[in-house]
Amino acid sequence: MRLLPGPLRRRREPAPAPTAGRPDGDLRKGHEAVALEHEREAARERRREAIADVPIAVVGWLDERTGAGPFLRGFLYRKVPKGTNWFYTLGSATMFAFISQAVTGVFLAMYYRPSATQAYESIQHIQNDVFLGQLVRGMHKWGASVMMVLIFLHMGRTFFFGAYKYPRELNWIIGVVLIILTMVMGLTGYLLPFDQRSFWATVVAVNLNSSGPIIGPYLADFLRGGAEFGATTISRFYAIHMLLVPGLIAALIGIHLYLVAKLGTTAPPWLKAEKARDLAKEEI
Amino acid sequence: MADPSKRPHRKQSPYTVDRGIPGAYAGETVTRRRLFTGGALAAGGIASAAFGLPALGFALGPLFERSEAPNFQDVGPESDFNPETYVAKVITIDPYVGEPGKTTVYVRRFDPTRDTDKLHQPYVAISNRCMHLGCPVRYVSASERFICPCHGGVYEFDGKVAGGPPVRPLDRFDTKVVAGRVKVGPRFSLDSHLHRHKVRDPSNHLDGLWQYIYPSRPTT
Repeated sequence: MRLLPGPLRRRREPAPAPTAGRPDGDLRKGHEAVALEHEREAARERRREAIADVPIAVVGWLDERTGAGPFLRGFLYRKVPKGTNWFYTLGSATMFAFISQAVTGVFLAMYYRPSATQAYESIQHIQNDVFLGQLVRGMHKWGASVMMVLIFLHMGRTFFFGAYKYPRELNWIIGVVLIILTMVMGLTGYLLPFDQRSFWATVVAVNLNSSGPIIGPYLADFLRGGAEFGATTISRFYAIHMLLVPGLIAALIGIHLYLVAKLGTTAPPWLKAEKARDLAKEEI
Repeated sequence: MADPSKRPHRKQSPYTVDRGIPGAYAGETVTRRRLFTGGALAAGGIASAAFGLPALGFALGPLFERSEAPNFQDVGPESDFNPETYVAKVITIDPYVGEPGKTTVYVRRFDPTRDTDKLHQPYVAISNRCMHLGCPVRYVSASERFICPCHGGVYEFDGKVAGGPPVRPLDRFDTKVVAGRVKVGPRFSLDSHLHRHKVRDPSNHLDGLWQYIYPSRPTT
């Protein structure tokens, strides 16, 4: 079992015999009683060790059958360049925001009804009646903005640190697709409360899509499910919002992370400059 | 010899036997492994297409269907309307979605001295859908203008663009009079000369070169 790094791994050391050589104990009790106590103490020690070994045994069982140990070691304990700082956590933060959106979204779906006549009422029900409903919907609503902010900060970090350059261009492209998909999530999710604001915002957003040349009008028809805002529009938006796009985002995050682990991260640009100066000195 | 283009070109026999492939039969041009790989891929492709294409058609179907044409709807007796100002009426575009399926229509009697269009409608029924991005416009009788609350679009008394971002005059509806009552029918779009066109979305131009990048759709 070599999943855990050295210091975290439990070390097995033989337990010292508890009462051996204690003169007063030996004097007051007979040899048999002392031997019995030694035996009991040893059994207790064995039990304690066996219990402490259970989690390690479970992880070991899994590791033996999946071979996940080397993979996870490479993934979690990979070397990062000198100068790695808090800006490098923005990607993970964005992913955490996505996971929080996914979890709260799944539970909102248990109470939400995607129909033009019932959507607004079901949101009112979630807000006013369901235990912790206001909190969970609030997390989903504000979390959407948090995710947008984080994903753009993450893109800014990548851009200003030059982390999009060879060989990481593909990861930049995947990231751009992820930003677009996140904005699609924002657009489709905005309709779902189905109040006046979300209805008219969606009318405007669909007509904005329609203003694109050649395919624009067809795209608008696809979003509305016809030429007019109709009965299927909200269910289409709901399906796109909670099935189509989240699946794509999850898959692309997987590829994005694979490439990060495969290619490693870049050092901040100021460190590279220092190194280049040192190298130049050496060459002279 | 890593570069295949540098290798001396030798015409290869099409028969697997001649190429020294183990287990090859005389006269055989495709190895069994190749045949079975191709067969498995083809079977997978056919199976995927068997569910994928109908599913895609299911999702895209509404793009190729004509949205249900609204019938002529009664908006009141002729005495309700006059040529000088618009009266707001509500008609139903889609009966299955409740409130969002309804829309306001501004109706007045056709005025031969004032109207320049050749649309031959007994009544002028103007849609309140702004031709910028679809917000609801409001008729302001004091200035005889239609005004959009969203991005400042302004229209003349006959629906032509007076200012702001809208790309064409306000849509209208067909009208007719049956037994003294005014009926409002399907929507149609207009270019800047008030010529009739098939319905376009807001933001789609109908004038100049721009009109050619906004095709008419099967849904309208």
